[in-house]
This record gives sequence, structure tokens and C-alpha cells, in this order.
Amino acid sequence: MTSYLLSGARILGAEPTDILIADGVVSAIGTGLTADGAEVVDATGLIALPGLVDLHTHLREPGREDAETVESGTQAAALGGFTAVHAMANTDPVADTAGVVEQVHRLGREAGHCDVYPVGAVTVGLAGEQLAELGAMADSAARVRVFSDDGKCVADPVLMRRALEYVKAFDGVIAQHAQEPRLTEDAQMNEGELSGRLGLRGWPAVAEEAIIARDCLLTAHVGSRLHVCHVSTAGSVEIVRWAKSKGWNVTAEVCPHHLLLTDELAATYDPIYKVNPPLRSAADVEAVRAGLADGTLDIVATDHAPHPHEDKDCEWQAAAFGMLGLETALSIVQQTMVDSGLIDWEGVAERLSYAPARIGRVGDHGRPIAVGEPANIVLYDADATRVIEAGAMASLSRNTPYAGRELPGRVVATFLRGRPTVLDGKLA
Amino acid sequence: MKHLLSAGDLTRDDAELILATAGEMRALADRPIKKLPALRGRTVVNLFFEDSTRTRMSFEAAAKRLSADVINFSAKGSSVSKGESLKDTALTLEAMGADAVVVRHWASGAPHSLANAGWSRSTVINAGDGTHEHPTQALLDAFTMTRHLASDGGGLDGRRIAIVGDVLHSRVARSNALLLQTLGAEVTLVSPPTLLPYGVGTWGVETSYDLDSVLPKADAVMMLRVQRERMNDSYFPSVREYSRRYGLNARRMATLQDHTIVMHPGPMIRGMEITADVADSDRSVIVEQVTNGVAVRMAVLYLLLGGSEPAIGADETPTTEETPA
Repeated sequence: MTSYLLSGARILGAEPTDILIADGVVSAIGTGLTADGAEVVDATGLIALPGLVDLHTHLREPGREDAETVESGTQAAALGGFTAVHAMANTDPVADTAGVVEQVHRLGREAGHCDVYPVGAVTVGLAGEQLAELGAMADSAARVRVFSDDGKCVADPVLMRRALEYVKAFDGVIAQHAQEPRLTEDAQMNEGELSGRLGLRGWPAVAEEAIIARDCLLTAHVGSRLHVCHVSTAGSVEIVRWAKSKGWNVTAEVCPHHLLLTDELAATYDPIYKVNPPLRSAADVEAVRAGLADGTLDIVATDHAPHPHEDKDCEWQAAAFGMLGLETALSIVQQTMVDSGLIDWEGVAERLSYAPARIGRVGDHGRPIAVGEPANIVLYDADATRVIEAGAMASLSRNTPYAGRELPGRVVATFLRGRPTVLDGKLA
Repeated sequence: MKHLLSAGDLTRDDAELILATAGEMRALADRPIKKLPALRGRTVVNLFFEDSTRTRMSFEAAAKRLSADVINFSAKGSSVSKGESLKDTALTLEAMGADAVVVRHWASGAPHSLANAGWSRSTVINAGDGTHEHPTQALLDAFTMTRHLASDGGGLDGRRIAIVGDVLHSRVARSNALLLQTLGAEVTLVSPPTLLPYGVGTWGVETSYDLDSVLPKADAVMMLRVQRERMNDSYFPSVREYSRRYGLNARRMATLQDHTIVMHPGPMIRGMEITADVADSDRSVIVEQVTNGVAVRMAVLYLLLGGSEPAIGADETPTTEETPA
């Protein structure tokens, strides 16, 4: 296996040093390293981060290979600096059996661009009626630890309680898509001043917050582990902050788009901005940034949601919910959190690598860049800028809300267990 | 202006030009020959994704009186999941050489997509989109109010207009609230709290839950229809309670000022939001609204498609000084 010498890299933004990678692990760190036969990668001025871990990715395979495949989605992930992604269960067929999760796991291994950890459905067919075989998925070759009906909320409080209790047997976590269904029937955008004007059915903050509050209480009651997906409102941040102050085992994520974009964009009626939960107000954006900075929100997760062109090139109400995220996440985090001074690069490593790996119980990822650790490393040029081109993305879909925007930063290289998946900003 | 998508896009000058032009068109209705050559050779497509016989007929009559060729395209129930997409429909109409597309759609914002998504170069006229807007209805309402309340030649400045009923789901209410404010009127939306939109406090209009307190001050009362599908969704306890609290009946009509007119965009549910004796009373201008609708739509089509030439030659019209340049 080829050895790599990353010269002059700034680990988590610290002073430049050399990193030697051999046999899949970090074998040496220090200035002036040399190694016979090692391929030298000039990392001067680049920041070295631990390989990013996404707890919330839609790879669409099996079933919607027109939107994304495990191959294309993991290429996008590698280009975005990710070395591991959790693939959501809302495929067709749904990932609610050991067979489907093992298939997705195997497709990820074969693709080889990053590790794929399937998320198991909480309920059979995401129907919210009976528990899927959570234990079988946990015991399968895919070793599922994260369970979610994402896209749908486990709304039935008894079913949610049972799921939280049941996963304690194998240290699982329920990742809840918090959306009270009756309060959001046919909801199209954030319920606010603008939804009334635009005549689009509102998705009120309370529909998210009520479920989060209920789930935090249930989690405390049964002594289990809850992860809150895509927190989007100021009220949700407050509730999670309160639950954590009680010492309850609750973690939460925020998506890059909720750190940057607001519901004002819906006034264009361009469905590229249609996402679930919806883009919220500027005050909500401020609150989720603050929550991510102070640790109330543990991680950034992309909710990468590819959709074919025809599902976005239509009326707003007819369009699908969701936007691409993998190839732009780190840039959005840099712009909203680092360049604004809210967190440093160590904070980025915590929120995009260490913490998501801990929540997902992924042992080989989310490790510090240190001698003896698995060589999952991203080299990132924070001084670069780039204009986002939808057509230039590795994803099979084009539904990025950032097309035409100039974003800071660029992933130069990604290493997965010592092997480059991306070099010079291109797939290796 | 290329499209008419929202009443909010109209400046006061735009709106007054349309109303003045509609006045000329309205005069034409009293002539033996009701047809003008203004849009000869132009094609107007009525693209209706939702049933609305009266709006379609009104636009059809308007286009034909201007000598345009009219194509009616009923695509009811069509959606991405059920059939041809709006995009492909737009490409088809573009290929057929439609100069204007009059679109009625169940989705709020569909006319915006049609105008702005790059699918078509046609002029787009919003004939009602979802629960968003219905700008030509607001224009015909303003035209009707002007004829009754501003017959001295003034405008609607300071006139008090009450809009009563299901504001939440009403595109008519949204467009009227925007246009009437532009024209200087004072708008009060009267509705049970469940049927007022979230954030209505930012619309710049008054709101009230109490119809009886609003009626004596109003110069015009516009009753909105309550759709049947709302009746079993807990917006209000029962049809009877709704009628008692928000219906316009003879007792309430008696509290109106002498000059106050009663309006309704239709179709009415008699006995629900308005009683038959009110709908058929002398105050009711509901039938006249229909007549004015054709004139206003002629004005809109003419101004969007006809260019800058006056619709009616100066030698033909008695109101030369008001003829738009």
C-alpha cells in the first residue's frame, strides 16, 4: 500500500507540520519528516481535519437510482471531505430488514469512496404502525445502530416510547424527524408572515418543537438515547438546551442550509428552496448558529437529498422536498460558523467528525489526527473560493440551492484509511 | 409590465390606467357592435388546471371582444404525478405561438413559475392560483367600487371596505387587500380567528372578529365564499354558527349606510355567508361585478398585449381626455 507524506499541513488549523500515512494509519507527525517511497502531497497552507462523518444522507439506492446511487452519492461525499455517511432508510424497498441494510452496506464497500453505515427504519415501511426488526438490523453485517423513519415522524407516542426502550438492548439511538403530522398536513413552507402572503400552507415551528419536547421527556422517562434530526427553529434549540441541562441523553443536529438560508427565498416560488423542515426566519438562523456554537446542537448533518430534475422543475406545491448538501457542507460551515468567529477548526472537527461518529457508534471514524489512529483525513483550503455549479457536482442530481453562489473553501484531498479518495480536488 | 401575476405588482398608476381603460371597454358593452380589432391575429390561451367556468368564460368573452383567437385548454387534475407537467404544457403552448396564457391553477405560485422558470416567453395572466392571488378579480372589484363610490370622479381614497369570510384560503381577499391599499382605501378583514392567515398583522389592513361593529362604517361589504371542504375541518363549529356570526342577512344589512354596496366574487352559497334577500337586494352589485369582469379583463389583455396605442380611437370615444396615451 502506498504511503503518503502530507507536508506542511495545519492540523485543525495549528502550525504547519508533516503527516506520514502508512498502512492505513497515521504513522508519524512532525516537521521535516521524510519517508522513502512515500508519495508527497504538498499540503502547504491547507488545514487537516479528521475525515467528516455525516449522520444524515439520502443515497436513494435501492429504488431511486435516477436521483442518486450509492456510487454517485459516496463520490459526492468524498469530494465534500466525508469518510463515512449514514444512509437514511427511506429507500424503495425501505431499509427495514437485515437484507436491505446489508445490501446498502455492501454497495458502499464496493464503491469504496467512503464508508456507508445504513440507518434502519424504526417502523415497517416507515408506516408508523409497528416496529421494524431493529434487532435483526443491529445484528446484521451492517451493524446498524442508528434508527430513523426520516422523512416521516414517529408520531405515535407509544410506538416512539417502545422504540426508545427497545434499542437500549444494543446501544442504538432513535433519530427522530420531528414533525407533528396533523399540524403540518400539506405544509409547504415555514409558517410565518410570508406563508400567509404567498398562499402556501404553513409548517409551524410548534409542530417541530412539540415533538422534540415530547421525545425528550420520553427519553428521560425510559432512560434511552434520542437524536433530533435537522433542528430548524429557535424554540427547538431552547428545548434541547433544557433537556441537556437535565442531563438527559439527547443529541441534535443542524443542517448547513438551516445555518445559511431563510424562508424569504420561498418568495421566488422556486422549489430549489423547498426542503423539510423548511427554511426558517433569520432569527431562527441566528438561534441554530448560536446553538451549534455553544454545543446545544452537537453536530452538522447534511440531509443530502437528491431529486431528479423534473421533481424540482415544476410548481412549488408539486415539487419534492430536499436539497443536495454533501459537496457544500464544509464550505457553508466555514462561512457561517468559522469565518464569523463562532467556532474554530477544532470545533469543526468536533461537530462534523468526532461527535457524529460517537452518536452513530462508528469506532473507526471521528478519531483525532494522531499517531496510530486510522488515517481518515481531509485536506481543506480555507483560503480558496469557488462558485458553485450544479452541473459540476458528482451527485446524479442537480438540486443544490447554492448554484451561482460564491462559497469559501475547497476540499483538496480526502483519505480513507490511508487511501486517497480525492486528490487535487478530484476523485482519486 | 409583461405579466399580471400579483395585484401587489401594480403601482397606483398601473392600476388607475387599467381601471380607466376598463371604463372605455365597459362603454363598448352598450354599443350595438361590441367588438374591437385591437388583438386581431393574437392568440390567447385559457389554461385551466382547476374548474372555474365563470372566470374562463369571462376571459374568453374579453379576448373575443378584442378579436383575439382563443384556445381553451382544460387540464383539470393534471400534475406531475398524474400526467403532463406544467413545464411540458408551457412548452406546448409556446410551440403553438400563444401570445398570452391566462392560467388558473390549484398551486399557489404556478403562474410565477410559468412566467419565470424559462419555459415560455408568453405573457402570463394569473386567473387565480391556489390560495394566493386573483388579481383580475381585485381589479374588477375595484372597478365596481369606483363606479358606485367614486362617481364624482375621485378615487377610492379613504373609502372603507370590509372583506368578510374565509380570508385564510381566499385569493380574492389577498389580491383585494393589496390593490385596495394601493388605491388608498381602508380595508378591514372580518373573519373568525381560525380563518385569518398567520402574520396578517403585517398586511397593513385592519382585522376584526366582529362583523356587527364593522358594518355601519363600511362603504362596501365584500362577502367571501366558504368552501364546503372547510366546513368539516374545525375552522368553525357549524354552518349555522358561522352564518349567525359572519353571515350577511337582512338584519345586518339594515345597519349599513345608505350608499353602501354589497359584493360577492361568486359563486355564492345562499343561506351560508349571504341570505337570498341580501343577494337580490338593491344594494347588491353581484351581477354587475360579472359584467365589469369582462371589461376589466379586456383592459388587462389589451394593455399587456396591445402595446401603447389606445384601444378605442380618440374620434370614437366621448372621454378623450381620459384616454391613456
